[in-house]
Amino acid sequence: MTSARRVNIVAAAVLLLSMAGGVALLTVIDRMQMKLEPQQALYIRSSKTLRRLCLGYTGLMADIYWTRAVQYFGMQHHQGSRDFRLLAPLLQVTTELDPHMLPPYQFGANFLGPKPPNGAGLPGDALELLKYGIAHNPDQWRLYYNLGFLYFTEFKDYSKAANAFALGAQLPITNGFMPILAARMAQQGGEFETARILWYSTYQSTKEEAIRKNAVDHLKALQVDEEVTQLEGLVAKFQQQSGHFPANMSDLETAGFIHGTPLDPNGHAYKLMPDGRVEVQDPESILYITKGLPPGMASPMPKPAAPPKS
Amino acid sequence: MNRIGYVAFNTFREAVRDRVLYNLIAFALLLSGAAVLVGEISIDIERLVVVNLGLTAVSLFGVVIAIFMGIGLVSKEIEKKTLYTVLSRPVRRWEFVVGKFFGLTGTLVVNTFFMAIGVFLALLYVAHKFERADICVLAALYFIVLEFLIVCALALFFSSFSTPIMSAVFTFALFVIGSLAEDLRGFARITEGLPGAVATAVAYLVPNFSAFNIINQAAHGFPVPGRLMLYNTAYAVLYSAMAISGAVLIFQRRNLK
Repeated sequence: MTSARRVNIVAAAVLLLSMAGGVALLTVIDRMQMKLEPQQALYIRSSKTLRRLCLGYTGLMADIYWTRAVQYFGMQHHQGSRDFRLLAPLLQVTTELDPHMLPPYQFGANFLGPKPPNGAGLPGDALELLKYGIAHNPDQWRLYYNLGFLYFTEFKDYSKAANAFALGAQLPITNGFMPILAARMAQQGGEFETARILWYSTYQSTKEEAIRKNAVDHLKALQVDEEVTQLEGLVAKFQQQSGHFPANMSDLETAGFIHGTPLDPNGHAYKLMPDGRVEVQDPESILYITKGLPPGMASPMPKPAAPPKS
Repeated sequence: MNRIGYVAFNTFREAVRDRVLYNLIAFALLLSGAAVLVGEISIDIERLVVVNLGLTAVSLFGVVIAIFMGIGLVSKEIEKKTLYTVLSRPVRRWEFVVGKFFGLTGTLVVNTFFMAIGVFLALLYVAHKFERADICVLAALYFIVLEFLIVCALALFFSSFSTPIMSAVFTFALFVIGSLAEDLRGFARITEGLPGAVATAVAYLVPNFSAFNIINQAAHGFPVPGRLMLYNTAYAVLYSAMAISGAVLIFQRRNLK
């Protein structure tokens, strides 16, 4: 073997060994750092300073901050944390760097508004964010939709929700659901139907799989809540007429109150309890339901999301 | 004119031989990586990231190439003593400087052309189709090329009298200051007296690179007024002419012995 060849082999071996050693060491270091659970921090909260530091390439910086906000929310949500203190500042910096970027308003409001564990429980901040978004993008119907949605779900303010939907409906480019939602809010009635239209329009107007799944889960929950309410009403009627609760669903069917066995969205038959309540077969399998649950059981919420890929 | 063309062509050939266009590989990796990964780690900004990252990379890669090639254009020729061979032929000093400028900008235009193809391919990958708003990306690319004209001219200007390292420092400093030109103008507006006059003079003397940065608007598909394109073109041509004239004036008087 020539000297040059020997050097080549040794160098290649050292290179491979060093690389493998480096990877192994990094794995150990990562594990140590995970145990330390470093507190996330936002060192620069001023968009003006950031604008200068990035030499005017604000679009890219806004993309980075939005991605950071998504990762931060995902990480806190995954860890079951109720501390979302950096979320509002991250979204503020993002939107100040690029006021025309729509996802931080649309999804950011959904991160901020709902109570933990589904969101940060900061509906006031969500409202501010959407108002800032509308001020800079007055022609975007989606932001009015999100505003109306927020007023309806978090504030239960039908009048302001109706106003937001109505304003969005007047825009040159809008969605067919907007005038319907405005009218429903103005009537303040049929909460199930209104919520159904809201979630259905959410499903229709996004391509994001996670948002669509969330909408489907809510639509299923609405169906269960509505059907359980109706069935319990029929059970009460049966009891008024016969003086006792029906023993099973067949009694209701025989009495002509229902046709066939009612099934929940997962295809399971509803259970009729001895005290006249109606329950779903598998309460854990239908998220967000508020009716049809065993006594004392809280509304099932989604399990912490998979850790964000980064 | 023919002689300027020869110098320009040789400058371009030298850049290719120096493997300057290898930066395209890094660019392609960066852009394709971003196009694939961003959908995984963020929400609903795939197109925005491709445009923002793509155009920012085109701009920064180009500026770095312009600075590091521009500063060596004259000094390298002196160091290798090839300048004497060139100037002993019927090539005037001003023709040499102007030819170098066109050679460098030509290299950057070719580089930008390939990067633009990369940006549009990445756009096609994330959006599956081209949209009308994508025309704004072309406008942003044109402005980036105008930006390169000024950076090349400045690098050449400084390299006509300074060392390569100092030329790089001066050019990069001017690029940073010029990118913050709007802030400088704002500062000049609120300052009075002599400091105000100095600030105003400086604000108008440094190149206004912020006027060429329409990347964010392009990402959102906001139309670019035709008048802005015209004015920016005129500004870039005038500023480059100013810097190249300065370089020619200095190089004419330079003692090359």
